[in-house]
Parts: sequence; C-alpha cells; structure tokens
Amino acid sequence: MLKVTNLHASVDGKEILKGITLEVKPGEVHAIMGPNGSGKSTLSNVIAGRDGYEVTAGSVEYLGKDLLELEAEERACEGIFLAFQYPVEIPGVSNMAMLKAAMNSIRKYHGQDEIKAGDFLKLIRQKADLVEMKHEFLKRAVNEGFSGGEKKRNEILQMAMLEPKLALLDETDSGLDIDALKIVSHGVNALRSPERSMVLVTHYQRLLDYIVPDYVHVLANGQIVKSGDKSLALELEAKGYSWIEGIDDNQTTAAQAS
Amino acid sequence: MSAPLVDEKNKDLKELVKREYKEGFVTDIESDTFEPGLDEDVIRRISAKKEEPEFMLEYRLKAFRRWLKMPEPDWAHIDYPKIDFQAIAYFSAPKEMPQLDSLDQVDPKLLETYAKLGIPLEEQKMMNNVAVDAVFDSVSVRTTFRETLSKAGVIFMPISEALQECPELVKQYLGSVVPTQDNYYAALNAAVFSDGSFVYIPKGVRCPMELSTYFRINEMNTGQFERTLIIAEEGSYVSYLEGCTAPQRDENQLHAAVVELVAHKDAEIKYSTVQNWYPGDENGKGGIYNFVTKRGLCKGDNSKISWTQVETGSAITWKYPSCVLQGDNSVGEFYSVALTHNKQQADTGTKMIHMGKNTSSTIISKGISAGHGHNTYRGLVKILKGADNARNFSQCDSLLMGDRCGAHTFPYMEVQNPSANLEHEATTSKISEDQLFYLKQRGLGEEAAVSMIVNGFCKDVFRELPMEFAVEAQKLLEVSLEGAVG
Repeated sequence: MLKVTNLHASVDGKEILKGITLEVKPGEVHAIMGPNGSGKSTLSNVIAGRDGYEVTAGSVEYLGKDLLELEAEERACEGIFLAFQYPVEIPGVSNMAMLKAAMNSIRKYHGQDEIKAGDFLKLIRQKADLVEMKHEFLKRAVNEGFSGGEKKRNEILQMAMLEPKLALLDETDSGLDIDALKIVSHGVNALRSPERSMVLVTHYQRLLDYIVPDYVHVLANGQIVKSGDKSLALELEAKGYSWIEGIDDNQTTAAQAS
Repeated sequence: MSAPLVDEKNKDLKELVKREYKEGFVTDIESDTFEPGLDEDVIRRISAKKEEPEFMLEYRLKAFRRWLKMPEPDWAHIDYPKIDFQAIAYFSAPKEMPQLDSLDQVDPKLLETYAKLGIPLEEQKMMNNVAVDAVFDSVSVRTTFRETLSKAGVIFMPISEALQECPELVKQYLGSVVPTQDNYYAALNAAVFSDGSFVYIPKGVRCPMELSTYFRINEMNTGQFERTLIIAEEGSYVSYLEGCTAPQRDENQLHAAVVELVAHKDAEIKYSTVQNWYPGDENGKGGIYNFVTKRGLCKGDNSKISWTQVETGSAITWKYPSCVLQGDNSVGEFYSVALTHNKQQADTGTKMIHMGKNTSSTIISKGISAGHGHNTYRGLVKILKGADNARNFSQCDSLLMGDRCGAHTFPYMEVQNPSANLEHEATTSKISEDQLFYLKQRGLGEEAAVSMIVNGFCKDVFRELPMEFAVEAQKLLEVSLEGAVG
C-alpha cells in the first residue's frame, strides 16, 4: 500500500524528516508516536501533499505509484485521506455541499457518474449516525462554530463518506474528552477493513486503548527510532519517551511540558 | 478605515493568466449611429428620433445645460484617464427596427445575439415566469410576455414607448427620485438617455412573473445611457432583474445609467442586478466604465425596497444603489457582491437615508479582490431628525486573493436622532492556504476549491437573488475567477 523509503523533508530550509522508512500493508493500522516537534505531523502532511514541504531525498510509493509526483487533490482521489489535527472552517459552505462536491470530484477522477442526490442523502445520514452527529450539522457550514470534538467527529464523517484506501489520522484524539474519544474511535474502528490501511499519529497512548494498532513506531528528531507492536505503546505510557535511545533531553522536556 | 492589504505569506495564491470573456463577441449588424459628439443639436436629434413629447425635450435640454456647468466627480477611489465626452456617439440603433409586437420582424442577427447570450426571445423557449426586455445599444428590441402582463394590469415596456403610451405617468415620476442635477452622470443621462425599461404595477397587484431587462452594448464608440423607472402602487409587489454584457474591445466604453424606483404604501420592489460588462483584459486595456445612479424611494408607510447586485464586470464601477426611507416603518436593503480581478476597479456601496419613523435598513456587502483589482465599499447611513427608532445593520466583508489587490472600506454615518440604533461590522480575510489544502485533500481541484470558498463567502447575498439567477451568479463568479490563483 504505502512504502516510505529514506524520506527527508524540510520546511523553510530546516530539515524536519531525516530519513524515514516505513511500510504499511493493506489492512494494517500503524501508530506513530513521539514527542512534540519530532516530525509526526510533517510526515502526514508530506504524504498528503501539502505545499510548503520540500522533499530533499527518498521516495514514497503508494499502490505502486510515485506519490510525490501527484498533486494533493490527485492523492485524495487516489484514496488518501488526512483527518486534520486542526480542521479549518469554511464559512458559507455547508458540510453537505462540500462532501457532495468532494465525492463527485473523486468519482469523476475514476470516470464514474455523479452520485444521485437521493443516494447521497441516504448515505450521509447513515454515516452521520455512525459518528453520532445530529443531522442538522450536515447543513451547517463546514466546521463553523463546531466545538473541538464536533470538528474531529466531522473529520471521521468525511472519512466514512469518502472511503479512503489509506487514512492518516493526525492527532485525532487531541482535544477530545473521553466520550468524544469513544465515539470517534468507534467510527474509526467501523472503517477498519482488510483493504483499508490507517496511520494514526498521536502523542498519547490513550487513543490506542480504543483503536488497537498492529504496529507502533516511535518518531524522534525526524527518524523512526523504535518500532514494535502495541505493547510498545504501553511501555511508552509507563516510562515516557526518555528511555529510548535517540531521544535527547530537550525533546523529553518538551514532551513533558506539553 | 482604509486597508490597502498586502499579504506576503500567501505568495502561492499567485494571480495568473487571463480568463475568457465569453460574451465578448460583436454582432455584425447595420446600425444607425450618430457621429460622436454632444451638443444641444444632438439632444434634439435623439428626442426627434424617439418622437418624444415636448416636455421630454425640455427636460433633456435643462439637464444638459446643468451638466455643462457641473464638475466631474473625483472623490471615488478609482483611477482612469479623463473621459472625452465628445468622442462618444450618443445614439445607436439597429437599422432595421423591428416591430415590437412581432418576433418575425426582428432581425435574425439580433435574435442570434441574444440566443448566444443565453437569452432566447421566443417566449416558448424562455425561462419560466420571466419576462424580458432586451435593449441593444440605444433601443429596446423586444419585450416578451407583454400580453400576460397587461392582463394583470402591469405595464412593462421600453421607456421610449411609455413616453408615447402613458406620457403623464412618466412625466409624473421621471426625475422624482434622481433629479437631473443630482450628480454629473445622472445629469448626462437625463440629457441623452435613449431607452430603458418602464414598469408600473397597479394597486394591490403582485406581478405574476419576474421582470428582466437585458442590456447589450454592441456598436463601437457608443455610450449606453439607459433609464429605468419602476413604480409600485399601494400594496403591490414586483421583482426585477437586469443583466448586462458588451463586446470585447480595446477602447473603453461609457455606460451611465439611471434607475429610479418608487414604492408606495405597503408596496415592495426587489431589484437585482447581474452586471457582467466587459471588464478589460489582464493589462487593463478596454472595458466598460460603469457610472450608474440607482435610487429607490420608499414613499409610503410600510414600503420596502431591496437592492441585490452581483458586479463582476466593467473596468470601472461607480455605483451606489440607495434607499430613501420616507414612509414610516419602511425598509431598505442592499446586498452586494463586487468582484475585481486583473486591473478592475470598483467603488460601490449604498446610501440609506432614514426619514420616517421606525425605518430600518440592512447592508450586506461582500467585496472580492484578485489580481491587481481594487475594491472599495463606500456607504452612508443617514438618520434624519424625524426618524425616531431608526435601525441599521451594516456588514462589509472583504476577501483578498493574492498580494497585489486591495480592499478599502469607507462607511459614513450621520445620525441626527438619538433614538437610532446602528451596527456596523467589517472583516477582511483572505483565502487561506489551510482552506485550500483542506478542500484539495478532500479531492477538489484548485479552481473548484477557490470557487467553493468564494461562493460560501457570498452566500448571504446569493440567497437574496431570484432562484434562477442565483445559479447564474455562481457560475459567473466562477468564470470571473478563472486563473485568479495559480
């Protein structure tokens, strides 16, 4: 599915990713953990194709294609979905209108006809129920006036609608209370399938109690310094990040302060 | 509050390339066009051509004499070379003048022109429930659905014809809202106007269909000076829409219209404009100079006048559709989307003059600047002494695309009655990289993403448009923004 090899990337000339190698196979769920500033969000942004990140070395292969050659919207159409850490507000554009346009854009990319209005409505209501979102939210402007938890639920709703092949969840648990976390996790778990891969970027182990990963990687200073199964996350929870080789004291302090 | 805005961060929102102005074609049709130039003789000839009653000639000459003494206004935030009023032809009409009641006699080239513009003049092909008056250069070529309308007692005809058929009505109201001496361009219009629409809705009648006028400038070096007069008698209602386009030419052309609305007791007039005059090319060459005076008088108690405008065309726009709220409890509304791209400049807004008691007004202005465009909101809210409990709500939002455009806001308030309640909100924002990336990540292309954000920004105004035209307006905005980001 996704094969990241020796990926180096910089922002404004500063190198953030310093040689990441990661392989995600279909159906797998990978968690990427690490202290603040380790490059977790940069990794998901580079994969999703955000402007402003310069890839200086390495490669990203996705379904056999050179992902870095594709525009952000092409990557989305190819099935990559990023659930944002801070979803933006788009005033005046209803959630429904946005999702319908997005769906149709993706369908068009694959040479399919537009979705019928009735089918769309049925689908979106069903998916809204999955994340326990009131239907009136569908008519509201995208994320406008949404609470932190509502925004995150809205991200999962969009993911459920667009049915990606590879979902990147960037700090989806941040800012969620325990109830919202359960709802969001339930939504994500419902979308797990043998064909769909997920990469969860998170600071805390808490999310992994609800969405159990197949693999856990620790990212520090732009590199994956340790990989393991879900027990690694528990170990991190108990011991913090400082015991892992390759994490310096500054980063540990930053992690503890946040 | 003036904010010339530079956005260094969003360099990626580069202004790029030109857009196609698809209405830019010229119709090859034989015209009867006056030589350029303006003097009393020209005005006499216009009036004679139209076989006008004597009072009209006098009205025109009086206006012309005033105009000669008036200085050209220079207070607007727009920059353009001085207009040579002697280089403009003040009358142009297709040579084969059609009989207005029979489509067979309309020159097929004219029909073709309107069909190309998406305005078929054959009634069976028309949009349901919309009557159209088509004005080509200086004359009206066709008014549709006249029979249906006359059954309801509604008069909808070219103003030149109204001067023949109901001169007393025209005489009574012409210049009653915008007097000849009101301003430089209004005086010029009063002197030389050639055609436009006349609408009269009798007492208690709800006009059975949308009325629409479609203005087209075709001839080179001509100005278009149309005059529209709408009268809504007690308890009546009318919704009127105007659209405008012009060929793509390297020269600038002048358009100076006057629109007057009168709403009597309990009457409501809804006036919508989709203005898409040729805006000039990306270097600012060519385009229409649009200097327009629009004013509505809420004469009777509980009357309401609502202006909605979507302004995407013209090289220069100078336009302030206003409401004079004379009747008690009368309501004035102004909803505007103005877009400037490339080298376009717009100085537009409204005036709400509160005279009666419990009068209220709403102003929603959305300015979008892209490329090197400059967009200015200029508005006046005036509460006169007798206007007890007047209320106004104003909201002026500006959206910037790129780092070479500008947005400016000049809200004026004059309050002479302490019971007034005024609210003003203003925002300036830009399409952020975050919003664009968000939508692209959901699978939308760059232009679709921009257009979605801009349409969202304009939503409060679009929902005021008659439904058929709201869709048109969205499409127009999309086309106008093509190439606005790179």
